[in-house]
Amino acid sequence: MYVSYNWLNNYVDLGDISPEELAERITKSGIEVEGIEYVGEKVNDVVVGQVLTCEQHPNADKLNLCQVDVGTETLQIICGAPNVAAGQKVVVAKPGAVLPGNFKIKKVKLRGVESNGMICSLQELGVKEKFIPQEFVDGIYVFQNDAEIGKNVTDLLNLNDAVFELDILANRADALSMIGMANEVAAILDEQVTYPDETIESNESERAEDYVSVEVAAQDLNKYYGAFIIKDVVIKPSPLWMQNALLAAGIRPINNVVDITNYVLLEYGQPLHAFDYDRFASNKVLIRRADEGEEIITLDGQTRKLTPENLVITNGMEPTALAGVMGGLDSEVTEETSTILLEAAYFDGTTVRRTVKQTGLRSESSTRFEKGVDPNRVRKAGERACHLFEKYANGNVLQGLSEYDGLDYAEKTVVIETGHVNERLGSAIKDEEIASILRRLQFEFEQDGSTFTIQVPTRRQDITIFEDMLEEVARIYGYDNLPYTLPEGDGQVGGLNREQQLRRNIKSFLEGVGLMENRTYSLTDEHNSERLCSPEIMAKSPVPVALARPMSEEHKYLRLSLLPGLLQSLTYNQARNQANIAYYEIGSIFVSTEEKITKQPEETLRAAGALTGNWVDHPWQGEVKPVDFYVVKGIVEGLFDQLKLSVQFEQTKLQDMHPGRTALIKRNDQVIGFLGQLHPLLAKRLDLKETYVFDINLDAVFADYENEPSFAEIPKYPAIARDIAFILDQDVLAGNIQARIAEIGAPLVKSVAIFDVYEGEHLEAGKKSIAYHLIYQDPEKTLKDEEVEASYQEIVKTIADEFNGYVRS
Amino acid sequence: MKEQLETIQQEALAKIEDAEEMNSLQDIRVAYLGKKGSITKVLKGMGKLSPEERPVIGEMANKVRNIITGAIEEKSAELEEIALHEQLETEAIDVTLPGRKVNVGGPHLLTSIVEEIEDLFIGMGYEIKEGPEVETDYYNFEALNLPKDHPARDMQDSFYITNELLLRTHTSPVQARTMEAYNGERPFKMICPGKVYRRDSDDATHSHQFTQIEGLLVDKNVRMSDLKGTLDKFAKQMFGEDREIRLRPSYFPFTEPSVEMDISCKVCNGEGCSVCKGTGWIEILGGGMVHPKVLEMGGYDPKIYSGFAFGMGPERIAMLKYGVNDIRSFYTNDIRFLKQYHHA
Ligand SMILES: [Zn+2]
Repeated sequence: MYVSYNWLNNYVDLGDISPEELAERITKSGIEVEGIEYVGEKVNDVVVGQVLTCEQHPNADKLNLCQVDVGTETLQIICGAPNVAAGQKVVVAKPGAVLPGNFKIKKVKLRGVESNGMICSLQELGVKEKFIPQEFVDGIYVFQNDAEIGKNVTDLLNLNDAVFELDILANRADALSMIGMANEVAAILDEQVTYPDETIESNESERAEDYVSVEVAAQDLNKYYGAFIIKDVVIKPSPLWMQNALLAAGIRPINNVVDITNYVLLEYGQPLHAFDYDRFASNKVLIRRADEGEEIITLDGQTRKLTPENLVITNGMEPTALAGVMGGLDSEVTEETSTILLEAAYFDGTTVRRTVKQTGLRSESSTRFEKGVDPNRVRKAGERACHLFEKYANGNVLQGLSEYDGLDYAEKTVVIETGHVNERLGSAIKDEEIASILRRLQFEFEQDGSTFTIQVPTRRQDITIFEDMLEEVARIYGYDNLPYTLPEGDGQVGGLNREQQLRRNIKSFLEGVGLMENRTYSLTDEHNSERLCSPEIMAKSPVPVALARPMSEEHKYLRLSLLPGLLQSLTYNQARNQANIAYYEIGSIFVSTEEKITKQPEETLRAAGALTGNWVDHPWQGEVKPVDFYVVKGIVEGLFDQLKLSVQFEQTKLQDMHPGRTALIKRNDQVIGFLGQLHPLLAKRLDLKETYVFDINLDAVFADYENEPSFAEIPKYPAIARDIAFILDQDVLAGNIQARIAEIGAPLVKSVAIFDVYEGEHLEAGKKSIAYHLIYQDPEKTLKDEEVEASYQEIVKTIADEFNGYVRS
Repeated sequence: MKEQLETIQQEALAKIEDAEEMNSLQDIRVAYLGKKGSITKVLKGMGKLSPEERPVIGEMANKVRNIITGAIEEKSAELEEIALHEQLETEAIDVTLPGRKVNVGGPHLLTSIVEEIEDLFIGMGYEIKEGPEVETDYYNFEALNLPKDHPARDMQDSFYITNELLLRTHTSPVQARTMEAYNGERPFKMICPGKVYRRDSDDATHSHQFTQIEGLLVDKNVRMSDLKGTLDKFAKQMFGEDREIRLRPSYFPFTEPSVEMDISCKVCNGEGCSVCKGTGWIEILGGGMVHPKVLEMGGYDPKIYSGFAFGMGPERIAMLKYGVNDIRSFYTNDIRFLKQYHHA
């Protein structure tokens, strides 16, 4: 909301406090001032002048020669504005005036003719465009006829005003009005509030009830409806001070009737609506739920289709307004309007909010109904508007009003006790300080020693319990004045739990081997919703979880794999000539198996990586090697080694993966992830070179991880190493032989490592040679050569029998 | 003969002294000490000597032989050293050529910040709690004093999946779940970091996904001054001892009283600049005293227990601390960005 300093000054004496200082104090008391904007600046020797004559300059087509009465004298001024004309009252900068931007006005000769001053546009006075009425944006400003000739324009045009932009949060609906802000500022400054004049002078004999009756059919949604009738209205521009006030608040002036309803809306925070009584075409106002499919043409010319969720004002037959949101086109006030039906009502916030959401029509009015208006100000706002209609629209206000009143005007009672306040704040506020704070807030209360029984005014609907009042006391007392303490509770020991610690260890490992952590989005598009989902997850037949109302197709489904996001990161970098990338991410995937989701999906934590480009990159040494399967497998093996968990790898074929270079990661016969080369076709589509990925189910890892690995003694007895090279058929898997050797050799064989793989020359076609390095060791005693030899022979025989392999000599 | 040996010694030593390579030394060795060398020749003539003279000359010959041998060895070591030195000189390399690059990974900037904050609060005795990212309407809103149609729900337009399920809009549901789990029976302090989601279009300052860290302390006799003291400690450790903090009243449905915390602007030291929009202060987190309804719904009796809660955004902290000016940078994973901000 925008609040004008000068306007506020009408209700609270701001003295000589500067706008900046006031802003600071308002902010510190709970309503954030997000910015201050000045309308213009004070000017000297700039006055109202009347153009007596206006003729074309003898030597220039586009210039006018004007005689201008500025009160003390008549000045000859040359003016180039297209809209200047005789009879107008205009802004005149006299010689000697200094306009913003240090522009000094002097007597000059233009094309041989003397010019003694300047007729100004508002821009020339430094007024920002948002504060300028539409019709004067492109020319000089023209006053209404009542402007006093010779008067300085600073006050007339509100040039010295400062406008605060306030961020008013949902609880402070009361501050969405000038009077509300006056109450707030008065409490902060410890000042009094002067309230606006609501008196109606008229002694019309006719009564509003003779013209209109009010019936509310939806009493749950409309607790109050008041209808005033104002006759003999003359539509014309509103007074300058009112226009200035509206402009400062960000509302463009239209005519006196519309401006008055807007002005009172801003002043009281109570939306009003003026119907043209004659066009309303009925003497009955009926407020009801809309019928299904019923239509209304709103002020903006749009036809709106309604449902029973919408509340409408009708003339007994058809809707004439969407309650609290927008009026209907058919009953709009026009230049011809002479009788006004003025609505002051209290509409249900939730209903207004739903209608706003449905129609997209958010306005100053709807915002206030949504947040709740003050029951005690509804009728008063109507009266205030009537007062202004009398003064500025020649209106005759009929006696009384037609109304339905089901409002609850009761004030809530909250009791606070000084000791309790201090206990909760950690403060040492005294009884009399609390009493003073309550007086400043204009809350009525009874004090009994340290106990205060407070009547909360209806404008403060947000205050219902002790804690609400605690905040009121604290904020006026000043948060700055509270002490700094630390909680006294018995010291809980903080720390990471087992999984959190493990997660950090895994991250350190992956980063240590050269992977950079990524953060990608959990939401993805349809194509990527199931892509590269790990087989053990796919086995559950997951149904991708979709948002009901996504912002874009791009972010519509919750991911079932981290890999598409990581690949997107790779593509992004590739497109920026960053070719060598090794990324990982730890994050959740969302697994639901329900066709139509009813319960939370299972969130499974995964660690995934994607690598592309060169892994070894030492160009000048001639050592440049792209990432390959075994680099990624090495990382995964290293991770599980560090976790002291054994895993197996098994050749597999998966969608979007290279059919010959993909492996399942298994533990205890359960799949817990996969790794391998991204299918070259997909890589090509993503503009990626050869790319490798891995994806591990961390929940499975956490479940198996032993917190404290058992301690094994370092063996005291010497180890014996033996190498064996087998000639094998090409399709025999090295890992299977390795596993079998370990099995047969147990318990003496401590480790089996592959140290050479060879195919080609000197070997039969279809054969390969694999060499294994075996370590024998007995923890209890020194091994004998015979024991090793026996084991060795058993291994040779078994591999020959089971794998058709023979020892290469 | 004695003279002969003396001459041999002198000659040999001179030649050794002059020798410049190992070969010459070898020649000298052969010429003087070899089977046909000068000393042998002299010894062959010993037959002509008297028996008294023989041992004297023999001893002398041995002495000369030893002296020459020693000199050769010494010279030989000297020449070897020179040769080695020359060889090493030829082995010089260009030390300005780059080393073999080690692959360096590292954490994401947001993770660094989250872990820094985690560790800071762990130091103050807090546990870390986590919860699901897809939440029920109950835990995300209702348990936090945000019933359906509460106007404050507008503050956080949400990604709903069904009427009852949504992507959490803050990590506060973890607080509700923790209270429920502790069943109103024990005091606790916790922080909950995690991903959260809002229905925003992505631009330089908005992201539909971002990170949040919230804290909650529930105990008997918790005071607002405790919140102030805790946040002050946090801010000084996180942003520097010279930072000042300021609390302002604010509004959150789950706290009452509520606060917004500002820290004095580091860029201008409170003078006012573009970073702090001229105010000298930068908004860093929100918090307050836990609303009695929230305590009650979590199973804690607000007559016995009170508490405070706070929440902050690591993205915002990163943007302020490191001058990151586009929130999308955290999610595009540009390698140049990631490398720039990690301290491996
Ligand atoms: Zn600053």
